[in-house]
Amino acid sequence: MEQFLQHVINAQILGGTYALLGVGLTLIFGIMRVVNFTHGELYTFGAYMLFMLVMPLGMNFFVGLVLAIVLGVILGALIEITLLRPIRGADIDTTMLVMIGAWIAMQNLEQLTWSGVAKSVSAPFPSDPLVIGSVSVGWDRVFVFGTAIFLIVGAHLLIHRTQLGKAMRATFQDRETAALMGVKINRIYTATFALGSGLAAAAGALLAPVFVVYPTMGDMAALKSFAIVILGGLGNFWGAALGGFILAFVEEFGAGYLSSGYRDAMGFVLIIIILIFRPTGIFAQKERIG
Amino acid sequence: MKRWIKSAVVMAAVAVAGSGAGAAETIKIGVNEPLTGAVAASGNYVTDGARIAADEINASGGVLGQQVELIIEDNKSNPKEAVSAAEKLIVRDKVPVMMGAWSSTYTLAVMPKLMEYGVPMVVETSSSGKITTSGNPWIFRISPTSEMEAKAFGEKAGELGIKKANFLVVNNDWGRGAGDEFATVLKEKGIDVGVTETMDAKATDLSAQLASIKAAGGDTLFVTTGVEQLTLVLKQAKEQQLDARVITTGGSSSPDQLIEQAGDAAEGSQHILFFSPWFPETAPNPEVATKFVDEWNKRGYNFAGLTEGFRGYDGIMTIKAGIEAAGKAEPKAIQKALWGVKVAGVNGNISFIKQGPEGQESAQNVPNVYLVKIEGGKVQPVK
Repeated sequence: MEQFLQHVINAQILGGTYALLGVGLTLIFGIMRVVNFTHGELYTFGAYMLFMLVMPLGMNFFVGLVLAIVLGVILGALIEITLLRPIRGADIDTTMLVMIGAWIAMQNLEQLTWSGVAKSVSAPFPSDPLVIGSVSVGWDRVFVFGTAIFLIVGAHLLIHRTQLGKAMRATFQDRETAALMGVKINRIYTATFALGSGLAAAAGALLAPVFVVYPTMGDMAALKSFAIVILGGLGNFWGAALGGFILAFVEEFGAGYLSSGYRDAMGFVLIIIILIFRPTGIFAQKERIG
Repeated sequence: MKRWIKSAVVMAAVAVAGSGAGAAETIKIGVNEPLTGAVAASGNYVTDGARIAADEINASGGVLGQQVELIIEDNKSNPKEAVSAAEKLIVRDKVPVMMGAWSSTYTLAVMPKLMEYGVPMVVETSSSGKITTSGNPWIFRISPTSEMEAKAFGEKAGELGIKKANFLVVNNDWGRGAGDEFATVLKEKGIDVGVTETMDAKATDLSAQLASIKAAGGDTLFVTTGVEQLTLVLKQAKEQQLDARVITTGGSSSPDQLIEQAGDAAEGSQHILFFSPWFPETAPNPEVATKFVDEWNKRGYNFAGLTEGFRGYDGIMTIKAGIEAAGKAEPKAIQKALWGVKVAGVNGNISFIKQGPEGQESAQNVPNVYLVKIEGGKVQPVK
């Protein structure tokens, strides 16, 4: 029982960051129809920005965290304006190739700048964990979970309660009609990509003090994000959020009770099973490509 | 203008050709290490050690009257890349001898290429038993096998008062091999062996494994993986309040890096090492060890890397002795000569014994093994 509860807590905390990664990626795909291969690199970028601001520059951890996310948003906007805007309307293969190129270039730049050796970020949390009965969890993880949920809810409110969000949803439903109604499509695309990128950078920055920071850390994150998005249904906001938690639970309990060696495989086996029975993902109502 | 460009191009071509001719007079040694990816820290440290050895050799006149030149390739912490790196070193750079490839998995991946092209390789880190028992006569391993390490540890195990031990190992040839060897030795000593959990080399969240280990009970946890993942294991074990002493195997724990990156989560952990740079004067060859540590510090390399860096130094020094004894820089001659070398290395005296099937033996050194602990944020020897 004790072990079971510990697994539940671990899965919740892991699920929070998975959800954050999944939501960022699914927004970009849903609204822009762009398969964003740089998602993992923005995750890495967020982690390195936090490292740079907090460790060598000595900035306050929380200020550094906010700045790292803002820098992620800015980088996302730059990628959209310089790489994606010029090839708007090109077929999906071209867009994918450009994004794969950007992914490789970014990863190599990170290696060149920071070297391949892992860095660690120290966070101002007590090193003794939070203990509830027989279950314990690090304070840094509690903070990660809380912030992740806050950001997901924030992103949801942005999409459902603001004018910008309304324009985003309109673009998602029908790009041409939205444009005819006066929605500035280019601006919406930049905002969407920046928002998705910001969420990825946030996940990276949040996890930097929990794990270690290294240039290829984004590969696994990107793979997991794609899995989550497929699980939740492409372009489905809450599908991605729930998909993140489902993946975390499957990994945690699979590793805990079946075999830890197949931890990463288990999530993907689940995806294969789900795709056999529900080819559009668990939560997708209808395919909306139109 | 055009003519000016033309002559510049010609001059550049001549300069390139000239440097090519100059390079031909050096003796090339291939180095195949993980400089990026999951275990990059260790690969960089080993390579730094190799550079010190090469510079020392060249400063004292080189070998066979020629300077040595390290051709360093990054295997990106990936067995496929390790094979490409080896192929590139052999075919394009035509190195007569190599050192590599850190992880047992990378080394095992490279081994068929050694057979195919007939080039000897000094193995500086890998500890899987399979490397020297699979009948590859081009392998010269200076690092201990997991079995040697487990046996050396077994002699001290009684004093540590271990009653029940669990294992957390990286899911590759190194981790699984070490887990098996240590479990065998512990069982022989009458120590209870609990669960063996594995983790992917790239995994960062190990909470599920640690929760299972905690549930299994036990006073000691043996962990086998690189320093990056060790940092995460120590941090997460503390978060989950795992009440067990952690002992790391494989000699790649760089304890100072753990103190720096895991903080007080590293407190009380013990580490099996093959060089103890805090006390170089206690090494079997104190003058070699002290000189190496001094040079490392003089270059401003990370002190935490010394426990890995010495491997690169000893490896290149062994290769140098092999080339010298061969009298020529040719793969077959170096292979033959390496069997007879005696090198006063940082770890100790390096020489080779035969392992593996008869007629196809690989060469294995019998190195020294140390146990240290982290106490009060400092590294102390375990007596």
